[in-house]
Amino acid sequence: MSDSFDITQIQSIIDTGIPQCGDIGVKVTEMDDRGVTMMLPYDARFAGNPVNGVLHGGVITTLIDSASGMCIYVKLKKYIPIATLDLRIDYLKPATPGEDLYAHAYCYRMSKQIAFVRSVAYHTDPEDPVANSVSTFMLRSTPTKPLNVAASELEEK
Amino acid sequence: MSTLSSEEFLEAITKVKESKDWSSMSQIIPYFDYLGLDLNQTDEEIICVLPKNKRFVGNPVLPALHGGIVGAFLESTALVHMLATQEVTQLPKIINITVEYLRSAKLEDSYAAAVITKPGRRVANMRVRAWQGDRNKPIATASANFLVS
Repeated sequence: MSDSFDITQIQSIIDTGIPQCGDIGVKVTEMDDRGVTMMLPYDARFAGNPVNGVLHGGVITTLIDSASGMCIYVKLKKYIPIATLDLRIDYLKPATPGEDLYAHAYCYRMSKQIAFVRSVAYHTDPEDPVANSVSTFMLRSTPTKPLNVAASELEEK
Repeated sequence: MSTLSSEEFLEAITKVKESKDWSSMSQIIPYFDYLGLDLNQTDEEIICVLPKNKRFVGNPVLPALHGGIVGAFLESTALVHMLATQEVTQLPKIINITVEYLRSAKLEDSYAAAVITKPGRRVANMRVRAWQGDRNKPIATASANFLVS
């Protein structure tokens, strides 16, 4: 497994190494110094409101948590074990039924042990967000192997 | 997945409240069905159950449930508690939620219960707590605000 950080590689790690992300179908769409953008394709299975098909907040949490964790890997250029410590989400407006949802996450401060992340979820314009989030992550949370190694082992199985 | 009209939705919720058969909530809310959410009502409280499921894993090494799933479970528990204890004329809207992750959630059944800390006329504030084997060792807690009218 190469240590290069391109979208194809990170996507294959997500698909095999993070079962929940693979299951809901999240895709990395952008990745650079300013953070990571991930996309959740609209799926009626994730509706929280059966009347209008608006997504449940929970699946937005999963998208935001995933993008937030991913932006730490990208910033470090390493897949060290990390764990979410806390995550706050403000739901600013309902997601539009039928539309894909994006989350952009940016790690604005990294200390030795903790990473601080901001994220917004939106459909087409980050300036018109569906949700806003701040979260903190513990770095090297467990003395276990990095995600890319785990993912490639899973793939070989 | 069939869509309901607002009237049918309220009717379905009222029916659940009357029968106290909270497990049928999953047939009403699609995402609850995705989670496989089960609900048990005792005399004192409603306990939500998130059955163990490999597709909820976020860390395959430990393995541990995805933080998003744990957050979603806490939010869902809060919503069920709102529906169960408050007069509702519409689906309560979540304003925000803060989740604190206390222990890694193992690939096991998870449980959660909520309390309303302030049942306001417009906004209700809630606390939610999730655990696995031992209720005294929570895996996560959350506080959430819901718009009720």
